[in-house]
Amino acid sequence: MGAYFRDMPLSAVAGLVIVAVNVLVAVFGPVIAPYAESYQVSLQPWSPPSAEAWLGTDNLGRDMLTRMLYGAQTTLGIAFIATVLSFAVGIAFGFAAGTLGGAVDQVLSRIVDVFMAIPSLILSLLLLSILGTGVPVIISVIAVVDATRVFRISRALAMNLSVMEFVEAARLRGEGLTWVLGREILPNALPPLVAEFGLRFCFVILFVSSLSFLGLGIQPPYADWGGMVRDNAQAINFAAYDPLIAIAPLAPAVAIATLTVGINLLADWMLAKQNRTVGGQEA
Amino acid sequence: MARLLDIKTLVIEARTMTGDWTRIVDEVDAYVDAGEVLGLIGESGAGKSTIGLACLAYAKPGARFGGGEILLDGENVIALDGEGRRRLRGPRVSYVAQSAAASFNPAMTLYDQVCEAPVRHGMMRFDEARRRAADMFRRLQLPDPERFGERYPHQVSGGQLQRAMAAMAMSCRPSLIVFDEPTTALDVTTQIEVLGAIKELIRDFGTAAVYISHDLAVVAQIADRIQVLRHGRTVEMGTAGQVLEAPRMAYTRELVTARKEHPKAETPVKAEAPLLEVRGVIARYGGNAANVLEDVSLKLGRGRTVAVVGESGSGKSTLARVITGLLPPIKGDVLVDGTALPPRTSKRTRAMLKRVQMIYQMPDVALNPRQSVAEAIGRPLKLYLGMEGEARRQRLNELMDHIGLDRSFVTRYPSELSGGQKQRVCIARALAAEPDVIICDEVTSALDPLIAEGILQLLQGLQDELGLAYVFITHDLAIVWNIADEVVVMKNGRVVESGPKREIFAPPHDPYTELLLSSAPEMRTDWLDELLEQRRAKGLAAAQ
Repeated sequence: MGAYFRDMPLSAVAGLVIVAVNVLVAVFGPVIAPYAESYQVSLQPWSPPSAEAWLGTDNLGRDMLTRMLYGAQTTLGIAFIATVLSFAVGIAFGFAAGTLGGAVDQVLSRIVDVFMAIPSLILSLLLLSILGTGVPVIISVIAVVDATRVFRISRALAMNLSVMEFVEAARLRGEGLTWVLGREILPNALPPLVAEFGLRFCFVILFVSSLSFLGLGIQPPYADWGGMVRDNAQAINFAAYDPLIAIAPLAPAVAIATLTVGINLLADWMLAKQNRTVGGQEA
Repeated sequence: MARLLDIKTLVIEARTMTGDWTRIVDEVDAYVDAGEVLGLIGESGAGKSTIGLACLAYAKPGARFGGGEILLDGENVIALDGEGRRRLRGPRVSYVAQSAAASFNPAMTLYDQVCEAPVRHGMMRFDEARRRAADMFRRLQLPDPERFGERYPHQVSGGQLQRAMAAMAMSCRPSLIVFDEPTTALDVTTQIEVLGAIKELIRDFGTAAVYISHDLAVVAQIADRIQVLRHGRTVEMGTAGQVLEAPRMAYTRELVTARKEHPKAETPVKAEAPLLEVRGVIARYGGNAANVLEDVSLKLGRGRTVAVVGESGSGKSTLARVITGLLPPIKGDVLVDGTALPPRTSKRTRAMLKRVQMIYQMPDVALNPRQSVAEAIGRPLKLYLGMEGEARRQRLNELMDHIGLDRSFVTRYPSELSGGQKQRVCIARALAAEPDVIICDEVTSALDPLIAEGILQLLQGLQDELGLAYVFITHDLAIVWNIADEVVVMKNGRVVESGPKREIFAPPHDPYTELLLSSAPEMRTDWLDELLEQRRAKGLAAAQ
């Protein structure tokens, strides 16, 4: 493991630090938060930073810092579970389609084509407005929509790997599909999938935030970063009188942006590293 | 005579994974006189291609010149600037690569590519270049030389494309051509044509050449002098005759003997039912495609070896796929001990699968890069024999001893093994199943000659010890002579001739067997000339 992180460029270190801080905040946020999630510190909306509320208050007079800490857990938690689910579903079907081919591949691929033909945001909005906006529903909808992308990559990887002679050798040995997929193909497909996981995770965070911003995501009173941007957007109008008021909409926006950049830096490095090792093996 | 090319203490370095520079060519001296052919020979990693490219003042990405000089007509080509190198490549030195198919641009006609260099260098106009290209095609015995250049690369055969590349190299009439394994990727019968054409071409034009190959017998046909390289250093150099007849160094002697014949002792055929039998198999890929196998039959007794011989496209690998059940035949049966196996792998029981194992041509892709040696060999032990824990560890050690690898290698991954070691692990994986038959599909053709010889000896030893039967698929007749009991010659999916080795190898031959046998290079310098002379006399034109 130590060897894996050797020669890490500065950008990747920055990415790693950003991601680590966000994960810590998501896990321990509620513990270190000064107030309860929806406790109103003041009756005045958008009060500037003070000793009671370090980042000021939001549109309902709740402490911004507290909301940010709780929001981290919601946003990252939902995004993580949704991404894991989308990878589980996408890899399972993608590998099946890529390895078995024929009718299985045709049916699965055409279904995915239909899903991918509809813009993902429109599709999600449609599904959420029909199914309601509970957290499990949001997670499932994002997982299904995102799984189509994972399916494509997994299918391509499995198609390339399943014609390799070591996979053929496993078939000749009489191994079942589970062994072939799990032991022969998956370990060799893992590096590109891990890098892809980082990128998709950050798309999902943006996606959850977009949904919340449009009002179909996490419902009040629970905090999440995208929703907080929407709720406090109007405070920008008052920033002309006191620039510090702009912290309310900007803090969650900056948090989303930093995390996205951080994950991208880390994923870029992992992808580059993987390309280097593959090139080295083939040379 | 003046030195045309004079390489003096050349050092070329390559960047390693850790970022250091290591010498891949280490103080090599070499020279070529005008009109002379120098053969560079050695195993992979010997630095022969690197030296060949260095003659064009080129070092591959990740490599750099570390010292020494390469004088062409007294001018150091390494010191040339970009413009100087441009003037060097084509008009003065040119290059013929191993894979013509990968070197030609598929979107341009052959004329456009062959004529590009002289036109670009301002030596002549396109129609003049085209006239000379057609003349060159005629000399290289290409069919319909006037129109040949109007075709695209995919419209001509591999051997023709390789000759077109020789024509391209000659297009500026350079004083030196570097041939980098130009016949290695070709079938034996095609190899003769290309080799003969190249030899005549450089003789007619008096062009000097550096001819790179790993096959001593091939180099001996074309080179005046041979220089043997190993690990980036010169092992030995001398005239072709000297190196072949009286090699001075141990390594060269090994190279020479590895190619010589040492036939397997003949064992009498026992009157017993065959262990493996293929009966009247017809097979094709896809529903309406042409048949790839047409009524193929084969019998193999216990503890014996049948060699399946043929050129690429003859259907010999397809036969392996039918036997293993990866390609169910349309008609015909595969029988083991008299009982027909289900045509499809997935329908066969584990006990059936256990009896027939397979070893592949490319050990790199036959082993899962994410499984250690212990996992790769241990899996069949568990799957077929239910071995676990201590019993499995012991058997694993026994198998490592069998294949001649140190027991500590079990924790290694394929990327930590050499090509020959990987192939040994593949053999151990097949052995672990305790099979009756092992199908060996071109198992030595991706390996260096000495490593290949070691693998063949290992397989022979295992047969003597364990009574294994082999189906040995190969295009190399020298191997057949050394390892087979019976031979099946295949062409275009049909069995041309089959029987005990001695009968197949002794006249009278089927015409195709005759062609195959005579095309296998022999370790003498005058073999190619004699053969071409014979064929001309017989009216058996080399260009078929």
